[in-house]
Amino acid sequence: MPIRFDHKPGLVVYVTAGDPSLNATREIAIAAIDAGVDVIELGVPFSDPLADGPIIQRASERALTRGTRLKDVLAVAREIRAARPAAGLVVFSYLNPILRYGLREFASDASAAGADGVLATDMIVEEAGEYLSELDRVKLAPIFLAAPTSPDHRLEAITKVSKGFVYAISRVGITGTQKSVADDARALVARIRRWTNLPVAVGFGISNAGHVAQVAEFADAAVIGSAVVELIERATSERGPDAAPASVAGFIKGLRLPQAALAR
Amino acid sequence: MASIIVSANPSESRAGRFGVYGGRYVPETLVAALDELERAYEDARANADFQAELSSLLKDYAGRPTPLYFAKRLTEQLGGAEIYLKREDLLHTGAHKINNSLGQGLLAKRMGKKRVIAETGAGQHGVATASACALLGLECVVYMGEVDMERQDLNVKRMRLLGAEVRGVASGSRTLTDAISEAMRDWVTNVRTTYYLLGSALGAHPYPTMVRDFHRCIGKEMKQQILEKEGRLPTAVIACVGGGSNAIGAFYEFIPERAVRLIGVEAGGRGPALGEHAARFQGGAPGVLQGTYSYVLQDDDGQIALTHSVSAGLDYASIGPEHAALHDSGRAEYVSCDDTTALDAVVKLARAEGILPALESAHAAAEAVRIAPAMAANDILIVNLSGRGDKDMGILARELHL
Repeated sequence: MPIRFDHKPGLVVYVTAGDPSLNATREIAIAAIDAGVDVIELGVPFSDPLADGPIIQRASERALTRGTRLKDVLAVAREIRAARPAAGLVVFSYLNPILRYGLREFASDASAAGADGVLATDMIVEEAGEYLSELDRVKLAPIFLAAPTSPDHRLEAITKVSKGFVYAISRVGITGTQKSVADDARALVARIRRWTNLPVAVGFGISNAGHVAQVAEFADAAVIGSAVVELIERATSERGPDAAPASVAGFIKGLRLPQAALAR
Repeated sequence: MASIIVSANPSESRAGRFGVYGGRYVPETLVAALDELERAYEDARANADFQAELSSLLKDYAGRPTPLYFAKRLTEQLGGAEIYLKREDLLHTGAHKINNSLGQGLLAKRMGKKRVIAETGAGQHGVATASACALLGLECVVYMGEVDMERQDLNVKRMRLLGAEVRGVASGSRTLTDAISEAMRDWVTNVRTTYYLLGSALGAHPYPTMVRDFHRCIGKEMKQQILEKEGRLPTAVIACVGGGSNAIGAFYEFIPERAVRLIGVEAGGRGPALGEHAARFQGGAPGVLQGTYSYVLQDDDGQIALTHSVSAGLDYASIGPEHAALHDSGRAEYVSCDDTTALDAVVKLARAEGILPALESAHAAAEAVRIAPAMAANDILIVNLSGRGDKDMGILARELHL
């Protein structure tokens, strides 16, 4: 399936697979899709997540403690795809688990599982020759990060090889929540659009309806990561392993409030 | 079998690659900063004023050149090859690390950065960086795993005295790997104002090349000194390898001298099981950790393994990419030395020569102790004594029941 943003504004939700369990991840993803999420980013837990803040670090640790493996994440991807054929599905990982699995095998298996795209946090376009050809072989969309610090020549290179959408990082820094969407994001999205007609999703620090509304003014979609992962953490610890899907669904429905409600 | 991500055209050589190893695997936010660093370093390297200022500091502040000392009593006790010690332990702040901290500190200043961050394992790089920052008037924050803060407590206090802020890292194994991740998180967040002063020949390009260059003086001096003293090159140069900065500095000038054996010594820790050691070439596989493609201790799922060594400075899951290339080409040999053997070497060197080596450097000394007896009297071994052992007194007192 091609990645599409049918809702306005589009929503992308990141979850760390295996937290609190693989079954829960499947149910959370399905609930999120039913609540109006366009694209699920299925995070592969990694032992050394150097681009992530404490919330996703903790989720990764919990998932790894439960023994979550990349092949399990792909199995969950397959289940989500079977349950919701039209949703966008992206595997989000650090590079090393993919390399260890085997780049070629990973691409084949991720594609067979029904994933639409792959985002590797620590893969940059200059290093991506073999990576791009393997993803292309099985028609997986390579999704890259674009940062406020990326100069125009890098944005040109990134957009040239990207498919699906471009992930614009709202601010310099690691993943986590924040109070408002930085001005960095608006300027970055404008620069990205000079090079591509692909949809642009803005992520890092997007955690409430106000942020989503801000992002909707200039981008095609907002990416919610840490806020959802934190919600899963809290719902699970307060109300048990089955509580997270309903909490996440409720949270997502609240992200697309009518403009009037935001204006106050 | 792990994939190797390299250019499809093997003849296409790129900056920052050592064979298939090295490269730049980082979040996009850092790429522009690495590009800026690369350009600034190339510019500084070619700049006579920069080089003159660095040479002057290395000489008058750090104490270069360091002596090449003939360990006569140790040689006699072992009864084989002649053993020389390259006395990096005599440098200001107690280890070779100051070479790189001064070099990069000057570079940070030249780039107009006011805030410096660093990671440290044993604390030697942290102390060297804190000293360089004090000297150059730069703000300094050092990340250090909590396990390392405990076992290298003296160095924590030294850094604080020197005006640096030491931030403990409580994630993962709470050692060097985690300190690097936390330093990188800081850098990603503060990249516009902050210089990341990486302490080993690790990480994304240009760090492995730049750090090696700042330590090349070790091998250059060694070569000149051994030719003066013996009129010939050594049979072997031996150095311990954590990230690999002292080793690559010692080896580099000798790489073209094919007759000189280059021996890197990794931490064998408590034994060969994954998690019990830091011997990347004896159980690691190629992979990407913290910006570079090299050998990495990892499990079957590509999760980074925990490591152990009695020496905090060798306790790291990956190794500098140039060592990975030297390993694969066979130009350098890599062996490992376990905790007990390293501790024995500390005692041996202390009693035979009145020199207390750092636990890291004791791994290199132990290899000389192991191989010298079977060698001929006209063979020459140079051990790079990368640091002094004062910082290890707490561990030594406990392990050796002093």
